[in-house]
Amino acid sequence: MSQIPILLDLFLTFAKIGLFTFGGGYAMISLIEHACVEQKRWITHDDMMNITVLAESTPGPIAVNCATFVGCRRKGVLGALAATLGVILPSFVILYAISVFLDSFLEIAWIASAFRGIRIAVGLLILDAAANMIRKMKKEPLSCAILLCAFAAMLCINVFSLKFSSISLMLLAGAVSLAVFSIRNASSGKGGEKP
Amino acid sequence: MILIDLLIGFLKVGFFAFGGAYGAIPLIRDVVLSYGWLSDERLTDMIAVSESTPGPIMVNLATYVGSSQAGLPGALVATLAVVLPSFFIILLLTVLLKTALKNKYAAAVLGGLTPCVIGIVLATGCVMAARQGLFPLFSDPGDFRPLILTAALALVYFGSRKVIKKGIPPVALILISAGAGVMLYGV
Repeated sequence: MSQIPILLDLFLTFAKIGLFTFGGGYAMISLIEHACVEQKRWITHDDMMNITVLAESTPGPIAVNCATFVGCRRKGVLGALAATLGVILPSFVILYAISVFLDSFLEIAWIASAFRGIRIAVGLLILDAAANMIRKMKKEPLSCAILLCAFAAMLCINVFSLKFSSISLMLLAGAVSLAVFSIRNASSGKGGEKP
Repeated sequence: MILIDLLIGFLKVGFFAFGGAYGAIPLIRDVVLSYGWLSDERLTDMIAVSESTPGPIMVNLATYVGSSQAGLPGALVATLAVVLPSFFIILLLTVLLKTALKNKYAAAVLGGLTPCVIGIVLATGCVMAARQGLFPLFSDPGDFRPLILTAALALVYFGSRKVIKKGIPPVALILISAGAGVMLYGV
């Protein structure tokens, strides 16, 4: 086992994770934990907890965040590169192959019918994802207000086809939250007892 | 030039995609529809395909969109662009700034971003569900099939949680909806 160079080992391990996890991010965390903590002992269980929190508060695919972190811990920038390329390679190959055939595939009558049903399922899946996120959210007055405003704004943007991107909404929300925090911090004197 | 548009579009997605795959879907939808790369229908189809194929959903969507617009080079550019921001941010945080996220100002910004992303995802879900389930009724009055299908699928998906722990997985819902689509719209 120690015969395999570590870079190749990182690449192959994460390629396997990328190939065998369906449903994205959170499904991958348990596989990564199994492979990297229990089997290979590349990182500790505490590291795994930390990277899960880190992955949730940084942008990008959660699996990619984890791969970069583990690779970097094990073998610096090159390790990060090997693990990250490994985790995205199966997706890339599979979706590229699908993209080549999809158009002719969708012209088949019964497949087109199937996709009319599938499109309805997608809306439900997204609503379900939102419901899960709401369940996990810390419900404070400010965050509830931001949620409602973002919801209303995004509905208006869609209904009236406004030229206002969701990224601008996010920047606005971050700025409002920072401003409220700074004002509270200043008004409680030296304050800052709550990090 | 299309490759540069793909690069910029998916760098934006990768940089602002908080909250996992479903947090990224509204951003991808924004970019893809505003550049006119795909129709809303095709994008919705691809979300289902990305959910049913292995790997991160965001990467799957980026590869497909890139490939559909500019073949293999487009797929490469879009895929690398969507992972590049998280790659560098994690690298930076692991190597240099281990405590950056504990900074209270960073925490305050994140505290505002999270509920905003949830609001955006909720609104996008409502719009997409209404567009597929409700709007066809206006363009084709008397065709209740989309509405019935929406109600039936919601009943099966959310109702399954009362029967089995955790309910049925998303891929199972996609397969059921495909079967129902074939039965309702014919072969």
